[in-house]
Amino acid sequence: MSIDRGNAVISLRDVHKSFGEMAVLKGVDLDVFKGENVVVLGRSGSGKSVLIKIIVGLLLPDRGTVRVLGCAVGSLDTRELQQLRSKIGFSFQSSALYDGMNVRANLEFPLVRNKRNLTRKEIDEAVAQVLDDVGLSQTINQMPSELSGGQKKRIGIARTLILHPDIMLYDEPTAGLDPVTSEEINDLINEVQQRYNSSAVIITHDLTCARFTGDRVVMLSEGKFIRQGSFDEVFNTDDTRVQDFYNYNFITKA
Amino acid sequence: MKAFLLRMYDIYEFLLRFYKEAFLPPYEYKEIINQFFDVGIRSLSIISLTGFITGMVFTKQSRSSLAEFGATSWLPSLMAIAIIRALAPLVTALIVAGKVGSHIGAELGSMKVTEQIEAMEVSSTNPFKFLIVSRVLATTCMVPILAAYMGLVAMLGAYVNVHFNEETSFTTFFQAAFVRITFIDIAVLVLKSAVYGFTIGFTGCFNGYYADHGTVGVGRAANTSVVISMFLIFVEEMLIVQLVHSYLH
Ligand SMILES: Nc1ncnc2c1ncn2[C@@H]1O[C@H](COP(=O)(O)OP(=O)(O)OP(=O)(O)O)[C@@H](O)[C@H]1O
Ligand SMILES: [Mg+2]
Repeated sequence: MSIDRGNAVISLRDVHKSFGEMAVLKGVDLDVFKGENVVVLGRSGSGKSVLIKIIVGLLLPDRGTVRVLGCAVGSLDTRELQQLRSKIGFSFQSSALYDGMNVRANLEFPLVRNKRNLTRKEIDEAVAQVLDDVGLSQTINQMPSELSGGQKKRIGIARTLILHPDIMLYDEPTAGLDPVTSEEINDLINEVQQRYNSSAVIITHDLTCARFTGDRVVMLSEGKFIRQGSFDEVFNTDDTRVQDFYNYNFITKA
Repeated sequence: MKAFLLRMYDIYEFLLRFYKEAFLPPYEYKEIINQFFDVGIRSLSIISLTGFITGMVFTKQSRSSLAEFGATSWLPSLMAIAIIRALAPLVTALIVAGKVGSHIGAELGSMKVTEQIEAMEVSSTNPFKFLIVSRVLATTCMVPILAAYMGLVAMLGAYVNVHFNEETSFTTFFQAAFVRITFIDIAVLVLKSAVYGFTIGFTGCFNGYYADHGTVGVGRAANTSVVISMFLIFVEEMLIVQLVHSYLH
């Protein structure tokens, strides 16, 4: 499958967002094309999570337009917004598994909430399928508190895959994981892109993840995108903000 | 001062939203039922135990003063009045505030800081209806039931004490006990317990839903929920007793 450069599934124009006095995003433009994985790099607190929460309408921008799959996110009513969100998978930074439910119930949740007339058998099959996709079939009856950080991340991703989304949003999928587990997650992200021909926005400060999963890399700093292009293009620069990010990443890793 | 006023405004908004979401469909029946059971099961054993002890101890303490007038035969009806009008609703509410209120505060607080509430929102679920309306309804309806239940258990405790001292039979005790209890007493018990229940659920949900980021926020949400709801329960008790006395007795 390939990237369709004529078809932007997400497009942000001049997006601004402040919390009180603090301006987090100061005019962000971004297009994500069909079948493309875009990596957003940026330091902690630079507004990466805010950016993808704006894409699904969890936060509203103060200024600018957000179009996702052809819909202007800010102007949808509740029903239309739900409809749109069912086509977007959001893998949260903190996994966000429901503590009170076991893995099975967690995975069923988006399915039964979005499609009310499925049979028990269809639900069970869908759950088994996504668990198999992330390689965690044995955890089906466990509670989230019994899972490791990496397992939680993968279940979180499985929970979003169950609706076969057109767009995946990953908020720091590899943060806090060991290199081997990180690599498994990276593989998973690429596999999802291949299998469903979906697009993705991947937020990370992990450069290995960025290089491995990103068709294109953009760098967020001080509320704007300061670089974009392929991984090598982005880091082939004299801009100290970019170089610091690169050096810091590999020095602390070593 | 400004922070306080802003807080009051948040509470007002939360209350308004609660009424809107509670009465407009769709209703989350399944989750509401779950919460009913959760509240009930969570507090049943401790309420049974506390109720029984309260009834027994209060009877024991009251006996000596009544004995001075040779009026120990009034014990059953006096205990019934004390328990139904005051003790059962108040003690039940305080226990539920400690047990369920703190749980709601901590649970919603941690759901907030670990993005579970946002995860629900992107899964076609209105977290306000699913989490908050169901919990507030559950405490509002369950506290009256639990209070009535505690009333009965406490009367049983009182009976045990009376039986061992005066050898009163079960039927004699309960006949004597309930002559002074009117329908109004029961209605007031149910109504004021519902007010306490609402207070507990609402306070827990509000504090949890507005928990600050980080794990400190979760602990604080649980703690604040208990302290504030207990305080409010006492204030409400005072107001309700005033009201009932000036209009009904
Ligand atoms: N709902 C909110 N209310 C107020 N401030 C917020 C809110 N969400 C985010 N912020 C602030 O916006 C800034 C950017 O936050 P964001 O979570 O997007 O950072 P990030 O780039 O994802 O960082 P990290 O890598 O640590 O996750 C932070 O200073 C944060 O405190
Ligand atoms: Mg973040």
